[in-house]
Amino acid sequence: MKKVKCECGHINHEGTVLCEACGKPIEENQHIDNNDKNKLLNMRYDGSARRSQTKKRTIVDKTWAFFSSVKVGVWLIALTLIAAALGTLYPQEQFKQSRLPSSQFYEQEYGITGKIFYQLGFHNLYSSWWFITLVALIGISLVICSIDRVIPLHRALKNQKPKRHEIFVKRQRFFSETEGVSDKDREMLIQNLKNRRYKVREEDGHILAEKNRFSRWGPYVNHIGLIIILVASILRMFDFMHTEDYVWVREGETKVVPTTDQQYYIKNEKFIYEVYDRNDERFQEALKNEEFDVPSNFQTNAVVYKVKEEVIPGQEPELEEVTRGEIRLNHPLKFDGYSAYQSGTQLRSEYETISFSIKNSDGQDVGDFNFKPNVDKRKYELKDGYNVVVTDYYPQFEITEEGPSSSSKFPRNPGIIFEVNGPNGHSERYFYLNEDIVALSEDQQFNVNLEDTKLITASGLTIKKDFSLPVFLVGAIIFMIGVAQGLYWHHRRVWLHPTGNKVLFAGHTNKNWYGLKNEIEQALEGTNINMVNDQQEKF
Amino acid sequence: MDLYTISSNFLFAAFILYLIGTLFFGATIGQKRQQNIKSKSSKIAISITILGFTAHLSYFIIRWFASGHAPVSNMFEFIAFFGMMLILGFIIIYFIYRETVLGLFALPIAILIIGYGSMFPREISPLVPSLQSYWLKIHVTTAATGEAILSISFVAGLVYLIAKVDQTVRSKHTTWLEIVMFFIFATAAFIIVTTTFEAMNYQSVFTQELNESVRDIEYHLPALIEPNSSELKTEGAFSTGLEAPEWMRGDEAGSKLNTLIWSLLAGFVLYGLTRLILRKRVAAAIQPKLSRINLDKIDEIIYRSVAIGFPVFTLGALIFASIWAQEAWGRFWGWDPKEVWALVTWLFYAAFLHLRLGAGWHGEKSAWLAVIGFTIIMINLIVVNLILAGLHSYA
Amino acid sequence: MFKNKKVRLIFRTVVLTALIAATIAVIYLNSLKDNPVLAEGDDAPNFMLERLDSNEVIELDQLKGKGVMINFWATYCEPCKKEMPYMEELYKEYQDKGIEIVAVSVDKNRMVIENFYNRFDLSFPLVHDKKGTIMELYQVQPLPTSFFINPDGTIERVVKGPLTLDRLETYFKEILPKN
Repeated sequence: MKKVKCECGHINHEGTVLCEACGKPIEENQHIDNNDKNKLLNMRYDGSARRSQTKKRTIVDKTWAFFSSVKVGVWLIALTLIAAALGTLYPQEQFKQSRLPSSQFYEQEYGITGKIFYQLGFHNLYSSWWFITLVALIGISLVICSIDRVIPLHRALKNQKPKRHEIFVKRQRFFSETEGVSDKDREMLIQNLKNRRYKVREEDGHILAEKNRFSRWGPYVNHIGLIIILVASILRMFDFMHTEDYVWVREGETKVVPTTDQQYYIKNEKFIYEVYDRNDERFQEALKNEEFDVPSNFQTNAVVYKVKEEVIPGQEPELEEVTRGEIRLNHPLKFDGYSAYQSGTQLRSEYETISFSIKNSDGQDVGDFNFKPNVDKRKYELKDGYNVVVTDYYPQFEITEEGPSSSSKFPRNPGIIFEVNGPNGHSERYFYLNEDIVALSEDQQFNVNLEDTKLITASGLTIKKDFSLPVFLVGAIIFMIGVAQGLYWHHRRVWLHPTGNKVLFAGHTNKNWYGLKNEIEQALEGTNINMVNDQQEKF
Repeated sequence: MDLYTISSNFLFAAFILYLIGTLFFGATIGQKRQQNIKSKSSKIAISITILGFTAHLSYFIIRWFASGHAPVSNMFEFIAFFGMMLILGFIIIYFIYRETVLGLFALPIAILIIGYGSMFPREISPLVPSLQSYWLKIHVTTAATGEAILSISFVAGLVYLIAKVDQTVRSKHTTWLEIVMFFIFATAAFIIVTTTFEAMNYQSVFTQELNESVRDIEYHLPALIEPNSSELKTEGAFSTGLEAPEWMRGDEAGSKLNTLIWSLLAGFVLYGLTRLILRKRVAAAIQPKLSRINLDKIDEIIYRSVAIGFPVFTLGALIFASIWAQEAWGRFWGWDPKEVWALVTWLFYAAFLHLRLGAGWHGEKSAWLAVIGFTIIMINLIVVNLILAGLHSYA
Repeated sequence: MFKNKKVRLIFRTVVLTALIAATIAVIYLNSLKDNPVLAEGDDAPNFMLERLDSNEVIELDQLKGKGVMINFWATYCEPCKKEMPYMEELYKEYQDKGIEIVAVSVDKNRMVIENFYNRFDLSFPLVHDKKGTIMELYQVQPLPTSFFINPDGTIERVVKGPLTLDRLETYFKEILPKN
């Protein structure tokens, strides 16, 4: 590779803007950082040879240079930002809360713009191939940008010498010239800088004082954090790292836990729903305006079982309790790597029992008929030889063209046709629907009354397994360390450059110039050295 | 007096103190730079600001006691907290940079924000189950603090632009700057109009028929635009008879649109009158007062507040948010509109930092970015909560 | 860091290839997300349920060697009931050729199935998946859903939604044992 030898003797890589050792501008490369047009030197990456800036030859080098560009990175960020924002214009498909299919929903609800939104596939924007590609391109840019800058920057900072070229010192933003600086002034300055935790190096009377160099690595550390987060989201696409499913469990019901290979069962022992007391002193003002009760708790008291010995699905396995507990919002129940989250409720929506009392023709009580919609029982024996036989049952009753029918399997609005049979062969038919009993037989002798109904709640649980979480957390922590390191600390350097009977003094920082100025002011206190001028300041 | 009243009084006291503080900050400009650092009025101004902040903090603590949960659980409480953090951010930046002119802009903006928040229901409301978590206070307060610090860069950006943009000729820049000014006026107008009609106890009711159900819709401002397919119920109440477009079907869509039109119209009147009195662009009228400020320092404040705010925002609005979402819903990220806009904000400031550090966007460019950044934060606060409302629709 | 351009080029090529490969893999994985867990070519999971119409037990693995149609249905599902007569019609013809039908009802109460069963004259086996375990195992979403299973126990075809007589016969032929 072509090397550039500086007059100080240091050999620099091709594309170097400022000599790594002495800082002297390397003539033919000044256009790279626009130094040729400005009075001050551009100190980005300390003038090191970013490898993307070298001559592009092959397609690989060109691609590399493309992703290495900050400009490209910012464009990718901007495009992602705009795309992400566009996706919130109308609800995503998963949030649409409508039974209408998406093909109709968006047009019907939002008109022509909604239709376009749907046709562009924006209703599933965040899982679209192009959005994922955008994010992936940012990831590629992160990796290449970092590799391309961290190495030359590291080299430049490692190779820098206290003795800098005069031009380098003069073209710093903070600069001053002083005549008649004594050794005492020098000693004082060094001491002051050391007190401010600067690392001071000397060479032939030239001084370089530097602090917080580690702050320069902040951006690369945070980029590593981001890359880890992106890797974590790739891992999450595999079933062994992450699964998710949803299950409705009714009170009293035991159901197989989805995504567990039929290994776990979960029982909903009881569902608790609570609301805020309207007379609560603290909240009564706010609750006065509420039409409906404000819920204070949704809770499933659950028991989790594990299958003792595997059986062929469909057969009743023997179960062993693993854990039990309350599942509330913000309080999932955890078991063996899985978590169950309270995610939905159908409050008191299904009948568990419907009780009828039955009297015979003499007005005597012959017992209760407790119909349980989810129990496979047709004939209910009562006292004195009476019995009830259920002839037809419709869990969610409706009338269609073909007659009575049911719209689901859940006893949300049960319709029951049953016969009450006496010991002497007398039989009467009744129809129950919606808390009402209709006698279907003429010559009614018995007396059937509705006594009680018991409703149960269906609890919706999200079942999750996610082993990628620690990876995300590690990525997030590294990111935070990186941004704090890069943004809350500042890399500061000052140079003292004796030349002839004068002493040149310069300062540089990557940010917070105001802070550096104050610090230089304090460091120069008690010395004869002139305070630096801000050569950029125009006002 | 119960705790609720005491806390409300403290907030009101803070509001008044910020107003007085603004006047004193106003008195500092025009003075010579060296002089004004130690000048009496700047000392008084910052003292009053700190006093106001203390009152504001007292409101927050007392309300926490009264409700039993961190008062960041609805729109009013959130905005009040956001305003408080904006002031805190300003105080911190003030002690780093000693820039009094910032106070002249930061305080009025905080006042407008608090005033805006106060137009929402202020009663202490109970926590719905999804908010019952200690992550509520951790996530919301950190996120709001991050946003508030980022907003300081807008304040500095505004100062920079007013001082820097060439006002001798009309340009794209002067126009956009006036648009920013107009929105500040419109916010003030919104507060004035709402408060006036609230004091008059104004109310009119419309009945709306939708999907075969009839419902009543209350208006607290005279109806410039009625809800879609509705009938005026209150006799003699004012209405133009114009109706909201059909696609606005939300419960309060009509009322929100009406409020928006009121704010824009009143803002236009307010802005127009100001222009008429000044006989020049509003920014042009302020510019001469800012002739002595150090623009490089303001430029650095724009960047510093982003540098300080960005990590805080990331922590609060993305990391803590994800941890809580994982606890509550079992998914740390779900592309809910609020989450998306937090990401949009984060991406925007990431781009800001890259442009500043990597592409050398300083000065005016940075200042415009700071204005856009604040716009995104406001969209996140207002539009997302009131219109896009997903899981976070706590307003 | 690099001695010469060649090493640098190799390094860049490797890094870029890895990153682009990862991107393509992610896009591919993402496109798979919506696909069902049980796809054509997979082994049909075994299950065992009692027949409603007799006292026998049906175990899927015992039916190997025959082509099997598993039909998930319910009494409240109108299109399910409409395709039953087709199944009955073809069952008579194909039973001897080595085709078996297992109709899995996902109703909650056995009574409703019996009432339906008594009204129609169905001769193929009916089983009741009362707890929805098999439905969960086969990841059944819409009703009806039918799985056509080869004599070797692999899934030949998954059909969501109702079938016509013609299509049903075509699918039967696909899973017909070869002797």
